[in-house]
Amino acid sequence: MISNYLTLSIILFSLGILGVISRRNVFTVFMSIELMLNAANLAFISFSRLHISMDGQILALMVIAVAAAEASLALAVVILLHKHKGVLDTNIFSTLKG
Amino acid sequence: MEHTATFYLGLIPLMPLVGAFVIGLLHVMTCKTKGFSEEFYGVIACLGPAASCIMALQVFQLLQAMPVDQRILVHKAFTWFSVGELHINMGFLADPLSSLFLLFVTFIGTLIHIYSIGYMGGDKSFGKYFAYMNLFLGSMLILVLGDGPVVMFVGWEGVGLCSYLLISYYNDDRSNVLAGNKAFIVNRIGDLGFVLGMAFLFWSIGTHGFDFIALKANAPMLTPAMGLVVCLLLFVGATGKSAQIPLYVWLPDAMAGPTPVSALIHAATMVTAGVYMVARFSFLYAHIPLSGEVIAWIGILTALVSAIFAMFQDDIKKVLAYSTVSQLGYMFAGVGVAAYSAGIFHVVTHAFFKALLFLCAGSVIYAMHHEQNIWRMGGLRKKLPITYWTMVIGGLALAGCPPFSGFFSKDEILFSALASGHKGIWIIGVLVAGMTAYYTFRMIFVAFHGEPHSKSAYDHAHEPPAVMTAPLVILAAGALFAGLMNLPEVFGGHQLVSHWLAPSVLDHHVHATEGMEWMAMGASVVVVLIGIAIAFFKFARGAEVPYFSGFSKFAYNKFYIDELYDAVFVQPYKLIGSFIWKQFDPNVTDGPRRLTAGIYSIAGSAFKVFQTGFVRVYAIYMVIGLSLLSLLISQTLN
Repeated sequence: MISNYLTLSIILFSLGILGVISRRNVFTVFMSIELMLNAANLAFISFSRLHISMDGQILALMVIAVAAAEASLALAVVILLHKHKGVLDTNIFSTLKG
Repeated sequence: MEHTATFYLGLIPLMPLVGAFVIGLLHVMTCKTKGFSEEFYGVIACLGPAASCIMALQVFQLLQAMPVDQRILVHKAFTWFSVGELHINMGFLADPLSSLFLLFVTFIGTLIHIYSIGYMGGDKSFGKYFAYMNLFLGSMLILVLGDGPVVMFVGWEGVGLCSYLLISYYNDDRSNVLAGNKAFIVNRIGDLGFVLGMAFLFWSIGTHGFDFIALKANAPMLTPAMGLVVCLLLFVGATGKSAQIPLYVWLPDAMAGPTPVSALIHAATMVTAGVYMVARFSFLYAHIPLSGEVIAWIGILTALVSAIFAMFQDDIKKVLAYSTVSQLGYMFAGVGVAAYSAGIFHVVTHAFFKALLFLCAGSVIYAMHHEQNIWRMGGLRKKLPITYWTMVIGGLALAGCPPFSGFFSKDEILFSALASGHKGIWIIGVLVAGMTAYYTFRMIFVAFHGEPHSKSAYDHAHEPPAVMTAPLVILAAGALFAGLMNLPEVFGGHQLVSHWLAPSVLDHHVHATEGMEWMAMGASVVVVLIGIAIAFFKFARGAEVPYFSGFSKFAYNKFYIDELYDAVFVQPYKLIGSFIWKQFDPNVTDGPRRLTAGIYSIAGSAFKVFQTGFVRVYAIYMVIGLSLLSLLISQTLN
């Protein structure tokens, strides 16, 4: 039973990674990150159910809280980036090139 | 009772140090604005030394109340550091030797501080001056009170630093700064000897305790060869600090500082440190007669050479400076022939009359508006009566004319030299006594007698304020009567100083007939009177500026020793320095540096490719990294 949940979690996580790596729009990258976080949440809750323990659920709640904080910050950054360059293409922001 | 006494021991050096800190802080905080008044600084500056002086008296009385063979007070303030077998306490030791030093150092130091209030009046950084002076005195007190060579060395370096700061005090003039540098560097050469001596001492007998009490107990374990090495290396330190051949060259240049500083350096602090150190280590020197021999001969030769220099100088402070070098030579001759108490007694009397002479010279310079050339003075006797009479007292004491203090102490050194069989030292010593009398009174007669050489300066000359003349009078009383403390038995005295010092220093007692003592005394008195008489006939009725030629020109230029040192040591050193700077550094040592930098540069340009600047590429790196890490962990767990 548990393996189904974990498979779903892995699929979601891989989709997230793929999104982060392949997409150029800042928003899509951001949503992909959220997807990875929630994949982790799903894994936590699955294990929590497996071991009949509340630890995993509490961790999932923590992740949600952190994700909320991260969302507010990230959106603020996105707004600033847009004000700065007028576009949301990550390839434009490449000043860290060596 | 015991507890209070040891408590004082820590406080004695602390008082001037706190004073230095407070004054320095106030000065730094207010130097941009108008700042505090001179009186305010002056009073604070005198408080510390005066408090130390009172406490030194307490310590002295406490020691006096104790039985003769137990007169030692030790105060361990805290453990300073502890490395392997070396445990160093910040400890203070008072025994008859250090308590005697404490008394005259704090007393004369206080008087010089009071005098400075008048002398330095109107100076633009009055506070800085007094901060340095207090620091100087505090360092000297640490040196005197230190319970082991290491704590002593703290004070030893402290006085070196303060002498540098004060000699180059008038730092608007480049030559003064160079004089300060010279003092510091020459002292550093001596300090190297001291450090090496300490290291050898620790290496051979120091592991069972490295304070004076333990070292004294372990001194017989020292092999003669090692003992000689230690003694001579420590003496190298003493030649630096106490201005003996070959490191005496800094002291005459130290005249660049304000005159009260010269008085402090020459009388109470700094130059007496070398003699003190040798007396402190008398338990070593007493075992190694050869080292004493070396010290005595270097001392007496220094006395001779610097007396020759002093006879031809025309700067009032230079004459006094060379006289100090000469008198220090006597002291080393004294401690060299194992007459430690005689040497120390000469330190005490010399402190009084040399402080007096320098402060007198200071008030002459003050009255003449910073004129130091004796040939531009003349006839000052009527204008500066107090200065004149106190200076005559100081001069008679320096010349060693009975019954002034210098006579008793110098005579005891010479007599000890003669009685211990050092006839050569005695003959040179008597000769130097005559020369001392000559140059001292040459200076006094030229400056104070005859006709004024500079009419305008003479007319403006006036006796300095009471804050300056009062210390002169007190010191003159000291110069007059200090000798009576150690009145020899032939005069019905009891040699109080020698008996007081007996537990601290290992005096070599010589037995000589009374006739021999009278003869030695008579010879030096006659020579001194001849010296004064020659000076009187040559200079008392007025003298012209001399023209130097032949030997006198050679002596006037101090045998060209400074030039010789410059050519032999300084210039080659500079050449080596500039070679290393211009050739060795860019061509040799820079090689590895360039190589390392080059490797990093190439590596950087190789790794640059990975820094694409795209966020998602960095994300790929992270994923790859995490995947590899996970793989590794899963492999390890399996």
